[in-house]
Amino acid sequence: MIEFTFWDILRNLLLATRWTIVLSLIAFVGGATVGLVLTFMRLSSSRWLQRLTALYVDLFQGTPLLMQLFLIFFGAAALGHPISAWWAASIALTLFTSAFLCDIWRGCLEAVAKGQWHAARVLGMNYFQSMRHVILPQALRLSIPPTVGFSVQVIKGTALASIIGFVELTKAGTMLNNATFEPFTIFALVALLYFALCYPLSCYARYLEKKLYDAGLR
Amino acid sequence: MGPTLDFLTLLPYASELLQGLTTTVMLTVVTTLTGLTLAVAVAYLRVNGQPWVRWGLSGYVEVTRNTPFIVQLFFIFFGLPGLGIKIDAITAAFIAMTLNLAAYSAEILRAGISATAKGQLEAGRALGMTTLQSYRHVVLVPAFARVYPALISQSIIVMLGSAVVSQISVFDLTYAANFIQSRNFRSFEVYLLITLVYLLLAFGMRRSFMLVGKRVFAYQQGEQR
Repeated sequence: MIEFTFWDILRNLLLATRWTIVLSLIAFVGGATVGLVLTFMRLSSSRWLQRLTALYVDLFQGTPLLMQLFLIFFGAAALGHPISAWWAASIALTLFTSAFLCDIWRGCLEAVAKGQWHAARVLGMNYFQSMRHVILPQALRLSIPPTVGFSVQVIKGTALASIIGFVELTKAGTMLNNATFEPFTIFALVALLYFALCYPLSCYARYLEKKLYDAGLR
Repeated sequence: MGPTLDFLTLLPYASELLQGLTTTVMLTVVTTLTGLTLAVAVAYLRVNGQPWVRWGLSGYVEVTRNTPFIVQLFFIFFGLPGLGIKIDAITAAFIAMTLNLAAYSAEILRAGISATAKGQLEAGRALGMTTLQSYRHVVLVPAFARVYPALISQSIIVMLGSAVVSQISVFDLTYAANFIQSRNFRSFEVYLLITLVYLLLAFGMRRSFMLVGKRVFAYQQGEQR
């Protein structure tokens, strides 16, 4: 049997952390792209589109992320197109992230007072002009703190990919535990590594929030 | 074999589904109560406690909020026995869920508490209430009412997150789903059904929380809106 020293454990966990970071980035970038499209669908004048997006958001916010992962992973196989854990995790986390970001961003756009819309329109701007020059710049400032804050949820969400066999930080932890039987050390280290990834983002989100608050925007 | 859905194959497993549902509901009900109670204590002590208490509790809240629930669960279930603390799976699930909900809710409550002006507490004291009485009636209950919607959402998030306790062999809804699909190989049908059950649970939780809130915070409605 191979003996694992503390440094072996830490090194393996650090190597696995790469995949947690890569998966988080995929989910966040993918989720932001889909989420942006959804946000504009949600705010469009078509009732039908509004309802559809609201339903999408409710479905993803009202079901466990683990079930979303399972449905995509096993659903693709049931449809006759088995996909890898990489794809399943990327798709599920992207959809999950998009639903939450859509909800956050819609809130930010709606938080910009209605009067500003009217003012922009009165000045002769059309929908896109008022959006681009008046509403979006303000909504963008409002949206950054909660978006950064949500990125923490995305990182933590990637831990569930371990359950469908994606080898990231959590899965590496359980695998190392099976080989070394040192659960206390290993899961403490795993938690510490997640904390090292998430805590700076949490602090940054809080700092941005405070800055907005001090600027009198909240 | 073509991709066809067959939900009838799930019928023989009704008792497993029911057992899973019962466990998930029980865990949720109990941990919501214990978690929110603990959250009140944590929120109170983070404002009024000794410096070292405040410092320790901040550490607990930050660590919990910045690590995945599944890692917390594994640490409690697999890690603590390494220190000689042996706990069974359902207890580990209960502890992990309670600690998780309490950390988030304490942070939510703190925002509600800090929105109450200091003068109000002094007014309560001036009216002859004891410190604890004025804290309860002037600070805590209004704070609770103010952040109630956020607390509902957080409790629902913990309920949905509890799907993960299946990984330490707690027989919850997700465990039932895993069990059934390992028998009848109808994974997609099982997970679709279970997902729908979770969705209904989330919906039901929100509705019942709101009904309770309407009763409990009825006298504050005028002030709130």
